[in-house]
Amino acid sequence: MKTVAENIALGAAARDKTEAVETPFERFRASFFASKVASVALVVLCSLIFVAVFAGFISPTNPYDLAQVSVLDSKLPPGAKSFEGTAFWLGTDGAGRDLLSAMIYGLRISLGVGVMSGIVAMIIGAAFGLIAAYFGGRTENIIMRIVDIQLSFPAILVALILLAILGKGVDKIIIALIIVQWAYYARTVRGSALVERNKEYIEAATCLAIGHRRILFRHLLPNCMPPLIVVGTLQTASAISLEATLSFLGVGLPVSEPSLGLLIANGFDYMLSGKYWISFFPGVALLITIVSINLVGDQLRDVLNPRLER
Amino acid sequence: MSGDGPTLSVCNLETHFFTRDGVAKAVDNVSFDVDKGEIMGLVGESGSGKSVTGFSILGLVDPPGEVVGGQVLFNGHDLVGLDDEQMQKLRGNRIAMIFQDPMMTLNPVLRVDTQMIETVLAHDKSISKNEARQRSRDALGQVGIPSPDERLKAYPHQFSGGMRQRVAIAIALLNKPDLIIADEPTTALDVTIQGQILYEAQKLCRETGTAMIWITHDLAVVAGLVDKICVMYAGRIVEQGAISDVLDNPVHPYTVGLLGSVPGHNTRGERLYQIPGMTPSLLNLPTGCAFQARCPRADEACTAEPNITQPLADRNIRCFHPHLQEAAE
Amino acid sequence: MMTPQNAMLEVKDLTKNFVKRLDMAGKIAQRLGSNIREETVHAVDSVSFTIEKGEVVGLVGESGCGKSTLGRMIAGILPPTAGGISFKGVEFTAMTQEEGEAAALAIQMIFQDPFASLNPRMRVEDIIGEASVIHGMTDLKERSDYVGDMMERVGLGREYIRRYPHQFSGGQRQRIGIARALAVQPEFLVCDEAIAALDVSIQAQVINLFMDLREDLDLTYLFISHDLSVVEHISDRVVIMYLGRIVETAPTDELFDKPNHPYTTALLNEVPRLDQRGIEYEPVSGEIPSPLDPPPGCHFHPRCPHVTDRCTIEVPVLREIAPGRLSACHLNDQ
Repeated sequence: MKTVAENIALGAAARDKTEAVETPFERFRASFFASKVASVALVVLCSLIFVAVFAGFISPTNPYDLAQVSVLDSKLPPGAKSFEGTAFWLGTDGAGRDLLSAMIYGLRISLGVGVMSGIVAMIIGAAFGLIAAYFGGRTENIIMRIVDIQLSFPAILVALILLAILGKGVDKIIIALIIVQWAYYARTVRGSALVERNKEYIEAATCLAIGHRRILFRHLLPNCMPPLIVVGTLQTASAISLEATLSFLGVGLPVSEPSLGLLIANGFDYMLSGKYWISFFPGVALLITIVSINLVGDQLRDVLNPRLER
Repeated sequence: MSGDGPTLSVCNLETHFFTRDGVAKAVDNVSFDVDKGEIMGLVGESGSGKSVTGFSILGLVDPPGEVVGGQVLFNGHDLVGLDDEQMQKLRGNRIAMIFQDPMMTLNPVLRVDTQMIETVLAHDKSISKNEARQRSRDALGQVGIPSPDERLKAYPHQFSGGMRQRVAIAIALLNKPDLIIADEPTTALDVTIQGQILYEAQKLCRETGTAMIWITHDLAVVAGLVDKICVMYAGRIVEQGAISDVLDNPVHPYTVGLLGSVPGHNTRGERLYQIPGMTPSLLNLPTGCAFQARCPRADEACTAEPNITQPLADRNIRCFHPHLQEAAE
Repeated sequence: MMTPQNAMLEVKDLTKNFVKRLDMAGKIAQRLGSNIREETVHAVDSVSFTIEKGEVVGLVGESGCGKSTLGRMIAGILPPTAGGISFKGVEFTAMTQEEGEAAALAIQMIFQDPFASLNPRMRVEDIIGEASVIHGMTDLKERSDYVGDMMERVGLGREYIRRYPHQFSGGQRQRIGIARALAVQPEFLVCDEAIAALDVSIQAQVINLFMDLREDLDLTYLFISHDLSVVEHISDRVVIMYLGRIVETAPTDELFDKPNHPYTTALLNEVPRLDQRGIEYEPVSGEIPSPLDPPPGCHFHPRCPHVTDRCTIEVPVLREIAPGRLSACHLNDQ
């Protein structure tokens, strides 16, 4: 319609737009793939997720199946052949499990724990943040003071205490991570909701006698999503590394269900005896996972930045 | 060269924006002169290229925009093609700019005196700091700021919107420039405060002989302020002449429509004349006259490029079918 | 209090204060003897007026005069601190929930910023049609027809129904905002600087649209603006506000011909007009005082050329000076 002519006049011509670009999502997609690094990171991340989801079909052996594991194969170097003749491309760990399979299953647990805790924490945090921003007053004060208190403790400390109380287990660590993370989401959403709430379209919705719940979730929330998605991605990466840290310290997951962090911990004892691979490869996998998530998150932040967006 | 000639003479200025979707001619073959002590109004709607014209004169057009042709003769010297360093010397010294938002000029974390003294010293190193302070004080007094000595020590946020704009104008005046380009400086201000700024601007040009270009969308503001006017549409000047001539006898259909659509004293209860349609995209202009799609007088002739003609004394227009009978009556 | 039969809207002693409460640190500082206090802005200070059915009332004032706050209270967006608003003779607070909702829908608002007033993540169809489906003016099946009708009514093609707000120009967006309000079949429109952000040629189109809608739909308007020439063009009656108070109200012709209050006179002198050429501006002196700390007595006295001692102490009452004309100035007592 106009856009280009007006933008130029406003001296904002650097952002050119075409008429063909239609929905907000399409605009977003076009600008996301403008960065090669981010595109590669997204491809890597998607393949990691694919591998994790279909671990049962992809991994050469099932590391949890004790029948397939032989202690005789323990601590074999990468490329070695097993007692029965199959190759261990990345070697085996202290219990004789194929390291590649263990990593694929470990990746599944790491990603699963990170994403699950991230999603639940996002839902809880977003709900509280929205309510705080929309209703204000005492409600906001109570919610935000809890958030402040929570955020003033180091995340790892809170998680350690919680796990000491709750005990070990995948469900327990997810709960701990949710409790540690929700406050970040609440604060992020409140910040952007406070800005959006004062815009005229929210006033218009009030004026049209649209109910509070609908205004909150149909009008306010969709416009607070961009920063939420960015924080969500980066928080998921930090949840994965937090889980790895906790597992490394031995308070997270049971040994029977090793995540990448636990695999690193298991191999750590053999590091000094030259059997580097048991820790090294899971470490590399963890690094790639976290770096690719962070790269995607950074690009999301650039693309969704309201200052750059029209 | 310099001396009796106009302070600023813009000839066939062309500024294009090279966007992904094509070339937008934001300023297309624009020419005008501004004499010493004269105030010229540059009027147009959003997207008409009025602000880009101002930026082009100052050499402030950022990529993908570029001045691709024409001359900007300032006291007889061409500014187009000067490098950044030479332009920097002129800006804030011989040519000053006032923006709609005074915070474009003011640094929020520095005291007003620091900023003003810095501006003076940046262009004239022979002056002592005390003299610079004295000059800053005088400039604040000149724009009607009460008790300038105290106000010098204040930070920008301690001023109201109108006062901030005055400080910005005072900074523009510090080095007694020959030309001030004011881009919608009163649009964000209240009516009574706008009146004060217009008063100061008018007084300054009369007293100091500074030439001024007042860029605005508001015809009523320039009506009482300026000596002559250029009306821009889609990057071109469509009509230019002395202010009362143009307002009383507009000749170009766009000017006629624009004036007709301003509500006023005698229009109560009547329908306003409305120009149909909307401002076209600069990337998608029709060949020939850019206004043809909205013009009640357009015909086949308008698909050709309209050249500048002078149907009346001291009046330049670009139109094949001007309102000449009406003007004569 | 008797309400005239045909009064559509009556505002009585309406007041809105914004209090900036102290946070924890502020409270501690206060305890320790610092002079931090809660700051109260009297945005709207005991304002009363009525609007008849079918009338267009212009509400004029400069920034900080409380005109937008007043409009938002009438539109039900902000709750008043004190005083009452009655719609068709019934107080808002005395209404049942159903009546309240009906009144809320009957009073709609048109906003200033055509960019911020539309939800950027919704399609035009949802923006215009959402509320009318919720309130039963149409249903999901009929919605696109209904929305299409509304769009044509405001001069937009119905083929744009699937588009997003960013694909429209400022003037078109303002039309979408108007269509959104019309979709719930209002009787009263509060227009808050509704044309201030538009280009001159587009302003004329929207003003004409407002006038046409008034004819076709029998609408009543409160037209809030800082632009006196627009208000003069469109309104039957004008209300002038200064720092939270009404200083003068009069039929449009009388107000523009013979302003009574010195502030109105000053405003009229300052408005740039097309028919004034090369004039010498004679500005009103002084700044608009901060609404945080308004001057005592008549708020306008520090800038008033006719100021007397009485003006600095006593608040002038808004009273009738001629039939249909009210003014709040001590000069009228002499």
